[in-house]
Amino acid sequence: MAKKTHVETTLNGDAREFLVEPRQSLLETLRDVLQLTGTKEGCNDGNCGACSVLMDGVLVNSCCVLGVEAQGRTVETIEGMGTTDNLHPLQQAFIEETGMQCGICTPGFLIASKALLQKTPNPTEDEVRLWLAGNLCRCTGYDKLVRAVLKASKAMEAA
Amino acid sequence: MNMEPEYKPRKWRVLGTTPARRDGIDKVTGQAKFGDDVHLPDMLHGKVVRSPHPHARIKSIDISKAMAVPGVKAVITGADFPPLNQAVVAAGEGGSVSMQDIADNCIAKHTVFYDGHAVAAVAAENPHVAEEAAALVEVEYEILPFVQDVREAVKDGAVVLHEDFVPGAFLFPTQKALPNAGRLQLAVGDVEQGFKDADIVVEREYTTATVHQGYIESHITTCRWDSEDHLTVWTTTQGAFAIRDFLASILNMQLSNIRVIPMEIGGGFGGKDVVYLDPLAALLAKKTGRPVKMAMSRAEVLKATGPSSGIYAKVKIGCKKDGTLMAADLYLLFEAGAYPGGPIAPGALCALTRYQIPNVVIDGYDVMVNKPKIKPYRAPGATQSNFIVETVIDELAEKCGMDPIDFRLKNATVAGDVLIVGMPVPPIGTVEMLQAVKKHPHYTAPLGGPNRGRGVSYAFWFGAGLTSSCELHINADGTVNLATGSADLSGTRMTLAMQAAEALGVPLGDISSSVSDTDSIGYTFQSVGSRTTFATGYAIIKAAEIILDRMKQRVAMIWETDVANVDCTAEVAGIADFVDRNDPHRRMHFKEVAARMDETGGPISADFTANPHGVGFQIAANICDVEVDPETGKVQILRFTAFQDVGKAVHPDYVAGQMQGGVVQGLGWALNEEYWYNKEGRLANASLLDYRMPTSLDLPMIDTVILETPNPGHPFGIRGAGEVPIVPPPAAVANAIKNAVGVRMNRLPMSPGAVLEALWAKEGKPASVKVA
Ligand code: FES
Ligand code: FES
Repeated sequence: MAKKTHVETTLNGDAREFLVEPRQSLLETLRDVLQLTGTKEGCNDGNCGACSVLMDGVLVNSCCVLGVEAQGRTVETIEGMGTTDNLHPLQQAFIEETGMQCGICTPGFLIASKALLQKTPNPTEDEVRLWLAGNLCRCTGYDKLVRAVLKASKAMEAA
Repeated sequence: MNMEPEYKPRKWRVLGTTPARRDGIDKVTGQAKFGDDVHLPDMLHGKVVRSPHPHARIKSIDISKAMAVPGVKAVITGADFPPLNQAVVAAGEGGSVSMQDIADNCIAKHTVFYDGHAVAAVAAENPHVAEEAAALVEVEYEILPFVQDVREAVKDGAVVLHEDFVPGAFLFPTQKALPNAGRLQLAVGDVEQGFKDADIVVEREYTTATVHQGYIESHITTCRWDSEDHLTVWTTTQGAFAIRDFLASILNMQLSNIRVIPMEIGGGFGGKDVVYLDPLAALLAKKTGRPVKMAMSRAEVLKATGPSSGIYAKVKIGCKKDGTLMAADLYLLFEAGAYPGGPIAPGALCALTRYQIPNVVIDGYDVMVNKPKIKPYRAPGATQSNFIVETVIDELAEKCGMDPIDFRLKNATVAGDVLIVGMPVPPIGTVEMLQAVKKHPHYTAPLGGPNRGRGVSYAFWFGAGLTSSCELHINADGTVNLATGSADLSGTRMTLAMQAAEALGVPLGDISSSVSDTDSIGYTFQSVGSRTTFATGYAIIKAAEIILDRMKQRVAMIWETDVANVDCTAEVAGIADFVDRNDPHRRMHFKEVAARMDETGGPISADFTANPHGVGFQIAANICDVEVDPETGKVQILRFTAFQDVGKAVHPDYVAGQMQGGVVQGLGWALNEEYWYNKEGRLANASLLDYRMPTSLDLPMIDTVILETPNPGHPFGIRGAGEVPIVPPPAAVANAIKNAVGVRMNRLPMSPGAVLEALWAKEGKPASVKVA
C-alpha cells in the first residue's frame, strides 16, 4: 500500500487536515477519506462533470485532480453550498423548476452553475448551454436544468 | 387485455398540480444516499477481472499471484458458485428469463462471449489494491472466432455462440430457429395480394447501432453476509425484489435469507433491473466474512452491462394512391447480445400497431452476437422499429402527394381496432394527437433558411402492468405513511403520494412516501415498463379504499350506528369527511377519526397487492426542425415539439421532464450514439467522451404538449409515461433531414459521416473518404 501524505486544506470554509495516498484523486479523497459523499462519480475520467468542485474558486473535475493537490488550497463542494434551511438560490431554483430527475448529476450541475454565475451573473441561454456542456445529465434533456440556472441568475440579481 | 372500466371521472384536488419534490432538498444538498454512498465498517472493495476477447474458451485461471498481493482477502471464479436452484424465473407478462444465462453473464464458467465478460473477482482492503490484484489474475484462453454483425450471425456457417440455447422470452417467447437466433413471426391477411392491390410500394433496408442507456451512476453494490447466513445487499436498482430473486437462484439460497435495500438510483432506463456485481460481492463477502463493496468503472458499464440492440431490417410497405395502407412486410434482425432475449417481441409488436394495415407479415429474429447481453432500454425495441417504419411512411406520404400528418390520420388505429396480436385498441386519443400536431403553430412556422427541414413522426408503446404492493399506515395525528416497493427513478415517491392524497382525501403534505426494502413490503415488480405511477398508484388507490372503509367502521362505532349509514365524501369533495347519511349535519373529519383510533380498536393500516391489466397504451408524436451543414454533414436540432397522451398527468412538470429526457435520449440515438467495435472485437469507445451522449449545447429547449385521454383501466385515468417519448425522435430527425437536403437516411446514428455519405451518394460522388 502506498505511503500517505499529510494535506492541509480549507474545505467549505473550514481548515481540514487529512492523510491521503498520492494516487488518490480529490474525488476519492472527498468521498472515501473525508466521507463527504455529496460529490458524485459518473465516469472517473473527466467526461461527465458529476464530480465538479471549486478549487481556489475555479471549476474542476475532482476525479482529475489529486487529493494531495488540495494542499494549501480552498476546496468548495456541494456540502458547502447551502443548507436545508438556507438553500443557495441555485438549489432553490433546481427544486422549483424540477431541474432534476434521478439527481445523481445535480451536485455537479449546481457547482458548475455556481462557477458560471460567479463569472457571468446574467448568462444567456446559449452561454448556460455552452458552460454546462461538460456536465452530462441523462434524465432531464437539460431543458428544466437550463431554465433553473436562468431563473437563479434572475433571483440572484434581484437579491 | 382485460379492460374492466376502472376509471371514475371526478374533480381533481391534487392530481394535475406541481408541488416541489420532497427528495429535492436531499438531492440539491448532496445528502441523498446513492449506492456508492454506503460505507460499512471494515468494508472490503471488490474488482472484476474481465475478458479482453470477444469469444474464447477459458482453459485455466491462476489466482496465486493475485492472492499474494498484501491486502487481498479473496479471489473467486465461476467455479466457486453453487449449481442454480432454479433454471428459469418469471419476468412478468408471461415472459421468463433463463437464470443460467444471467448467472453465466455475471461470471463466465467455461466460455467468454464478449469483450468485458467477467471471469473472476477480487476483494481487497481498498479499490486500488483490488485493481492491482485483478491485473495479476492469469487467465489462459483458447481464442475462438467471433461474430458481431447480425447479418453475419444468421448466415449458414456462422460462428455459433451456444450449441444449445433456451430461446429468449422478452414479452413473448421466440422459437429456436437458426443456430444463433430465436424467431418470432406475426402475420395477418394476405400480404402478397395486399401488395398487388397497392399502387405505391416502398422497400428499404436499415441498420441501427448498439446504444447504451447511459445512466450517469454506474452499477454499485455492497453486500454483507452475517453470522446467521443472512445476506444484506445495498444496491442501486430498478427492482429490489428482482435482485433478491436472482441472487437466491444464483447463490442457491432461500428468498427469506436475502434482504435487498434499494438506495437512491442514479438513472436506469431499463438497464438496472438485473444482477451483475451483486452475486460476486455477495460471494466475496461470504468468503471473507466482511462486507464487500463493488462498483463498475464507466468502461465496465459500457462493455459489460446491457445496451440496447442494434438491428438490421428490411421494410416493404404499400398503399393506394389515396394513401390507404394495404400491406407491410418486415424482416427484423435484432441483436440479443451474448445470450437470447433481445427486444424482438416489443420491437415487432410496436412496429406497425398505430396503423390499420389489413395485410401484414413480420418475420423477426433475436440474434446472438459477441456483444454484451442486451437489456431493455426505454420502450425496448420500439425506437428501432419506429425509425424504420416511420421513414417509409413518410416516403409513402410524399409519393402520394399527401401531408404527412394527413397520411397518418388516414391510417391511424382508433379504439376498438384489433391489433396484429389480436388485442383491441383501448380508448386513446390517436386522432386527437395527430390533429393536435397539425394544429400546433410549430407545424406551419416558417423554417427561415437554406438546408433546413421539418420532420414528423408518430409512435406507439404498450407499457406494462404487473405486480405492485403498498402499505398505508394512518398515524394518530391524521398523517399517513405510504410505503411501496417501487424504486424511485424520477420522482415517483411524489406521484404516488399525490395519488394517495387524492384517494384518501387528505392534504398532500400529510403523506410521507418511501421506498421499502424487500423485508418490509410485499412483492413488487421492477420500476420498468412505465408501470410505477400507473400500477403502484393503482395499488395505492385500492389500499386507500380499504382505509376509508375501515375508518367508516370506526365512525359507525363512535356514532353507535350501522356502518351502512356512514358515508365518506372523499370521492365527491376530495376531502375525507365522514357523514351520517341520515343526518348530514353529523360529520367527522379524517383527522378526528385518526385521533380516536385507539379507543375504537387500535391503529388502522392497509396493504394491497395489485396486478392491474388495463395499461392503456402510450402514444407520442414529434415535430422536429433541423439544419444540415452540407459541408460537414452535421445536423443541428433547431426546434423540437413533443406530444404525448398520458391519460392524466399526475404532476405535469414531471411528465414534461419525462418527455424531454426521453426525446433527448432519442436524439442521441438519432445523431451520435453508437458502439464501435474494432477488428479484434473490442469496444473501442468505452468512455463518455467517445460514446457521445447529447450535451446541453447540442439541444434547444424541448417544447411539450400533454394530452389527456383517460385510461379506462386506471381509477384516475393514468397511463404510463416514461417510455414512449424516446421512440419517435430518430424518425422525426430522419424525415427532417430529408426535407432539409433531400436524402433519406437509412441508418442510425445519422452522424456527420453518415449524412455526408448520403449526400455524396445523392450527388453521384464516390466516397473519397471512407466513413464507417
Ligand atoms: S466523475 Fe469526474 S468528470 Fe465524471
Ligand atoms: S437527473 Fe439523472 S442524470 Fe441528471
